[in-house]
Amino acid sequence: MTITEKILAAHAGKQEVKPGELINARVDLVLGNDITAPVAIKEFARIGVDKVFDPEAIALVPDHFTPNKDIKSAEQAKMVREFAKKYGIVHYFEVGKMGIEHCLLPEQGLVGPGDLVIGADSHTCTYGALGAFSTGVGSTDMAAGMALGEVWLKVPPSIRFHYYGTLPPWVGGKDLILYTIGRIGVDGALYSAMEFTGETVAALTMDDRFTMANMAIEAGAKNGIFPVDEKTLAYIDGRLKRPHKVYASDPEAEYAKEYEFDVSRLEPQVALPHLPENARPVSEITDVRIDQVVIGSCTNGRMKDLREAAQLLKGRRVHPEVRLIVIPGTQEIYLQALKEGLITDFIEAGGVVSTPTCGPCLGGYMGILAHGERAVATTNRNFVGRMGHPESEVYLAGPAVAAASAVKGRIAHPEEVSGNGA
Amino acid sequence: MVLKGRTWRFGDDIDTDVIIPARYLNTSDPKELAAHCMEDADPEFARQVRPGDIVVAGNNFGCGSSREHAPLAIKAAGISCVVAATFARIFYRNALNIGLPILECPAAAGEIKAGEELEINLEEGKIINTTTGKVYQAAPFPKFMRELIAAGGLIPYVRSRLNC
Repeated sequence: MTITEKILAAHAGKQEVKPGELINARVDLVLGNDITAPVAIKEFARIGVDKVFDPEAIALVPDHFTPNKDIKSAEQAKMVREFAKKYGIVHYFEVGKMGIEHCLLPEQGLVGPGDLVIGADSHTCTYGALGAFSTGVGSTDMAAGMALGEVWLKVPPSIRFHYYGTLPPWVGGKDLILYTIGRIGVDGALYSAMEFTGETVAALTMDDRFTMANMAIEAGAKNGIFPVDEKTLAYIDGRLKRPHKVYASDPEAEYAKEYEFDVSRLEPQVALPHLPENARPVSEITDVRIDQVVIGSCTNGRMKDLREAAQLLKGRRVHPEVRLIVIPGTQEIYLQALKEGLITDFIEAGGVVSTPTCGPCLGGYMGILAHGERAVATTNRNFVGRMGHPESEVYLAGPAVAAASAVKGRIAHPEEVSGNGA
Repeated sequence: MVLKGRTWRFGDDIDTDVIIPARYLNTSDPKELAAHCMEDADPEFARQVRPGDIVVAGNNFGCGSSREHAPLAIKAAGISCVVAATFARIFYRNALNIGLPILECPAAAGEIKAGEELEINLEEGKIINTTTGKVYQAAPFPKFMRELIAAGGLIPYVRSRLNC
């Protein structure tokens, strides 16, 4: 069996599961945010139970439109707050404690290897970086999960993505996943598990792995998952309060498909509007002027991302016609960035720094695009109207390309700013 | 159940941001959501859609976000069924969970045009294009999903599990 099949079998109380099989599985954590939880709370009321299955196994993170962007959002956040209080939800994260959910939950030690997590947010697949089975569901599934502690799932076929070669400078997890989605398309892993393996991913930081697993959904996948290694165990050490179990794919595990990528010459990637599959090497994109750069989100709002961006922005100035918005993923990341002087670097370069929020990524607030405007963003989606006006454009990239582009005022290779080679 | 309606035609990879843009997600009221349904793909849709109308689309319908607001908006707009070549998985779950009828049928999705009249037998998965006379057969739902649909969606199913 694959790692995904083993985790699902264990949570369904079975020795073995096969792709296509429908199972009822026990969940270790159920997640919701300020957009999806209100719908789930209404559905939960329809079920008619007077308690949740386990107040310790539910996480509520108001992060999309918080700090509240308008009266309607405030009402939604209030509904989540009151539900958390009424049912004694232990892991409710108020403004001041909250962060972007998929940066926050691993950081707070709420997810570990071998877990089965469902979340009413499509990027819940992020936790696959820790060797967990983790998938996005809707609000009704979240409501049922909160009541039963169970979820119905169809066991997905697994597709293996094997990467080899040492990555060139300025190339990281975001470039690997954009390249991969570019190769297979936005439905290239529909209903499937994406299993990331090989020496290249073994050499990646945990932050890079979170970035890759995060975007599995952009290929249509049910989950993305990494083998557990010493980096995973070092990451959870001191964070995870629950026991965990390490699963690994058998050497004879069956895959629906296998891809092998030599990434030793991979260039930083940029996905053109309006689909994440439109990935191109940055050198092929010439003279694309930009109005805004967003560095942050559940995809690239972690320490490695901020350090990489600061490395290029420190001592330089953001182009006079560009607005740079930097959003650390959590309060802990924000504080660490402050201690390391990165926030100073961003502000002195002419950028603004925001409190953690999903904000602009989904066109909520804190950086909406006007008609005809163009942004480079380290976020995960560049759909029509995603960051604002239906006739604005989003180019997806990693933090290095985003920072370099902010300096140049057009989409740029990091080496054009750092001066190494090129 | 037999559904009858006029078709609205959309292409591949219709994402949930197009179905209901996030700028309207500060509410979960289905009527308010329906007023902006498909706004960025076809600004006329919400104004001109009639109860019973059917959405026909290509591959990967409903990709992107997990927002249940997307099938809720479509349902509240009066759409009786969505026929697509394939659906994104979270949208597929959500539609079943909230009781929005959906059918996967690449042949129908490939040929049916905007404004044609369809007759759909949900139990049989049969799609009749009464404008052209062509008949299509959609993939049947697995047994568990048929039970879920018969129960009226996930919430009644959970209620029966908990004996509420």
